[in-house]
Parts: sequence; structure tokens; C-alpha cells
Amino acid sequence: MDKRQIYLDNASTTPIDPAVLTAMLPYLKEGYGNPSSLYGLGRSSKYAIEQSRQKIAEIIGADREEIVFTGSGTEADNLALFGLARAHKEKGRHIIVSTIEHKAILEPCKRLEKEGFEVTYLAVDKKGLVSLEELRASLRPDTILVSIMYANNEIGTIEPIKKIAQLLKKDGSIYPIFHSDACQAANTQSIDVKELGVDALTLSSSKIYGPKGIGFLYLNKKYAIEPMIVGGGQERGLRSGTENVALIAGMAKALEITEKKKKLEGPRLLQLRDYFLARIKKEIKSVSINGDTKVRLPNNINISIKGVEGEALVLLLDEQGVCCSTGSACSSMDLTPSYVLTSIGVPLELAHCSVRFTLGRHTTKKDTDKTMKILIKAVETLRKISSIKCS
Amino acid sequence: MFLRKKKKTCAADGEGWTYSEMVKDHFFSPRNILFDETDYDADGMGTVGSPECGDVMVVWIKVDKDARRIKECKWRTFGCASAIASASMMSVMATENGGMDFNTAQRLKPEQIVERLGGLPDIKYHCSVLGHEALREAVLDYLEHESK
Repeated sequence: MDKRQIYLDNASTTPIDPAVLTAMLPYLKEGYGNPSSLYGLGRSSKYAIEQSRQKIAEIIGADREEIVFTGSGTEADNLALFGLARAHKEKGRHIIVSTIEHKAILEPCKRLEKEGFEVTYLAVDKKGLVSLEELRASLRPDTILVSIMYANNEIGTIEPIKKIAQLLKKDGSIYPIFHSDACQAANTQSIDVKELGVDALTLSSSKIYGPKGIGFLYLNKKYAIEPMIVGGGQERGLRSGTENVALIAGMAKALEITEKKKKLEGPRLLQLRDYFLARIKKEIKSVSINGDTKVRLPNNINISIKGVEGEALVLLLDEQGVCCSTGSACSSMDLTPSYVLTSIGVPLELAHCSVRFTLGRHTTKKDTDKTMKILIKAVETLRKISSIKCS
Repeated sequence: MFLRKKKKTCAADGEGWTYSEMVKDHFFSPRNILFDETDYDADGMGTVGSPECGDVMVVWIKVDKDARRIKECKWRTFGCASAIASASMMSVMATENGGMDFNTAQRLKPEQIVERLGGLPDIKYHCSVLGHEALREAVLDYLEHESK
């Protein structure tokens, strides 16, 4: 990596941990055997996969057979939505999700609606939190699936997963099935599925200093699920295709390291984030914070800087070596500003001015100090040429 | 006369940028910005866009009344990199070669600005090029005042 770079986009993806790369290398070299083959070369690949599965299962408090490896967090989300909805449609056709779910949840919902499912999109409050009362009111006898994210990728707000699980399971019924996308939460929050009370959980390797292109879905073994990819029957028929042993081994190692670091990393990030955010608020005028300030991942800053368009700011910062992102329309594929920001009531003109800094394992105080200098200058530059003036 | 070879834009190679070299140049070193209009005695002014849409451009012009040409063209923009670059390029086009005559200015097309910028990503083409509209508004503003 370029030494000059200050990477503050860890919610987008994380750099790979050197120990993770080491764990992967044997399977990119001599350990190329197909895990389905009968001979030794294949068996050792199979062994590596099952060891990784075991390790992951232990970390999240699940059984080995409850882990399905997928090609990404998105695929795990898709599998949960399509797979569970289709497998349980005889029990009902009603699904509940929040409006600020990742597109990997919302897009399958749109498609499921075309298949005859009914989806309730739960609004969130100004802080970005789901209301338990509204969830309770939305529940129906035919609700088969509820999917609420653990922590939001844009604003970092943490949803009350345990409370939701308690609410959904209070009568001991197996429906609705409760799925949660925990991709953003894994670095700093507990991901013990028993403790959380979830039936299904999505995790992505690329957010936990592991390789990209791999994730997994945890699914409590009492639930049937329909595969999306069929063929050779790998992953107990739930995800056919020759397994990518290197990525699986890498993800298991990454999760192991993440789990070990979690206790210290959370408070460290919180302190660093609060320091950085306090400086931003103090040294730049007309800054507003998007999302709840307390019930929030310790590494997330999402702010709107009035009069400063997000894409322009991101590109100016990039020129100075700072990597971050924005919810501005100009940075999106469909030219609309972030639906997460508009869902929590951020006015459009401020959604265009949003910028997200997400700190990571390698972020230091020095990085935030350097960023501060660069940010102040960039904001000054853009405000000078901006037609929207701030008092 | 506006034709320039379109530079290939490439965001994929890591070295390249989302935008062309010309967009980059005008984004990082925008020309003809009016930082403060308090003492600027403009002959015409035009505003287009809205903060809700993420693009607002204000253009001020001074004109040569006899030659019916634009003498100075200044602007400020709230918008993304391509909006800033296109405003800057528009101001250059309006004032180069002795200044654009009113007729040409009123008929300036977004394609002409984009061409001079060495192209824009497709997705940016229609939304971020407001310069021609703002210029047209400014010229109209002048003409309206002149006829009174």
C-alpha cells in the first residue's frame, strides 16, 4: 500500500491481514486439489475447509453444519432472503425488513414481491433505529421472515438485535425466522448467534481484514432453505461449485484474528473516533452528524458539511491521499443521494454534502490529525467556489 | 472548432481517473471564479439548479455593449467535480478569442462543453453540465435590462 495514503474507508472494505494471506497461500500453490476428490490432494483441501468451518462455528457459537460458505456478504444475504422465503412460503408470504437495509437485502425483496410475497419496509427514526413497537405492530400470523441489519454500513447505527430476537421469539414459535446482516458489526460487536438470538446471520470476509469474494451464512439447522446455485451439491447442496479453499481458509483466519482483537479494538476506535469527530465539529463550521451519536459503531463518522458537495470533496481528499466516501447523488450509479440518509430525514441538500470516514485497525491518531489538516483545506477550497454560502 | 480528440477515461487501472485530464485540470484549478460578488459590477447574472438536486451554479457576466460580446464570465458552483469543471470550461469558452458573441452564447450546447472537457462519464453527462444554461440566463438577464 502507498505509505502516503490514509485509508478511512474501512466500512467499504479492509486491507488484508498479513497472517490471513499466509494462511491462504498454501491453497493457491501446492494445495490445489478439488475438495470433492477422493485422493489425498483433494482430501487435504476438504480438511482445510472443514477446519475453517469448525473454527468459524466455534467463534459464532454455532454448529459446523450451520455454516454455508458463499461468494460474498451479498450472496449470503440473497441466499437468506430468496432461500428462506421460497422454502417457507407454505407457512406464509409476509416478510419484514427495515428501509435502511443494504441493497443486498432490499433488491431480493423487490424480486420476492414479484413472486407473490408481501414485504413490509419498517421505517427507522431520525437516529436510524428500528422501533420495536412498530415491528411488533407489523407482525402478522403469516410473517415468515424478518431481516434487520446488525449495524448500518453508512451511518453505523446499531440495531437492537437481541431485543428484536426476544420480541420475535417470545411465544417460542419457530416463525418468523430472524436474519441479520452482521457484515459491519463483526469487527467490534459480539457475533455469538446464541447470545444474539438470531436464526440466520450474514458475514463478509472483506470487512474483517480477510480476502474479498467470500462470506458465509449461518442458519440454525432447524430451518430448511432453498439453494440459489445448484450443480455438484457442495456445501450440503446449498451452494454448488468447487470451493475456493484459499478464500475459506483466509476468512476463518481473519475472523479468528478479529475475535481476538475485538475487546481492545472497540474502545481504541471509540476514543480515536470521538477525538477526530470533536476536532471536525470544532474546526469546521456548519457540520451536522448523520445518524445516532451513541448507538453507533465506534469507527463510523458520517457528517454533512453544508455547501460542500460530497463527490467533489472525496476527490479533493483523494488527491491528498485520504480515502473516504460519500452518500452524494453524484457518486451513485442511479444519481440519487443515499436512501439511508433520506430515510433518517436528512434533507436532500445535506445528503449531497455527506461524507463518511470509517476508521480501522491501522488508523492512528496521527492519521486523523493529518486528515484534519487536509480536510480543513479541502472544505475551504470548495466553500470558496460554492454558490451555497454558510454563515 | 470545438472538436478535440476524446481522451479515454479509465478508473480501472488505478493510475487513471474517473474523469479526463482536462476535467481534472479544471476541477483542481478552476478558472474565473468570483469569490465575492459584492463589488463586482455585473451586466448580467444567471442562476440554475437547486441545492436539493446537488447542483447550483451562478454566473456573472460583463459585456462589450457595442460588439455585443461577453468580456468577462465569472461563476460559483455547488456541485460535483464535473459540475465544477464544466462551469470552469464554460467560462473559458465564453471569454476566449475576444469573447463569445451573444447569439453563440445563447445557443451554447452542453455537448460543446463536454467535448472541450475531453468527455465525461455517461452518467454525468446530463446532470452535471449546467454551464450553458447559466450562461444563457446571464445573457438574457443582460438583454432584459438593456431593453428597459
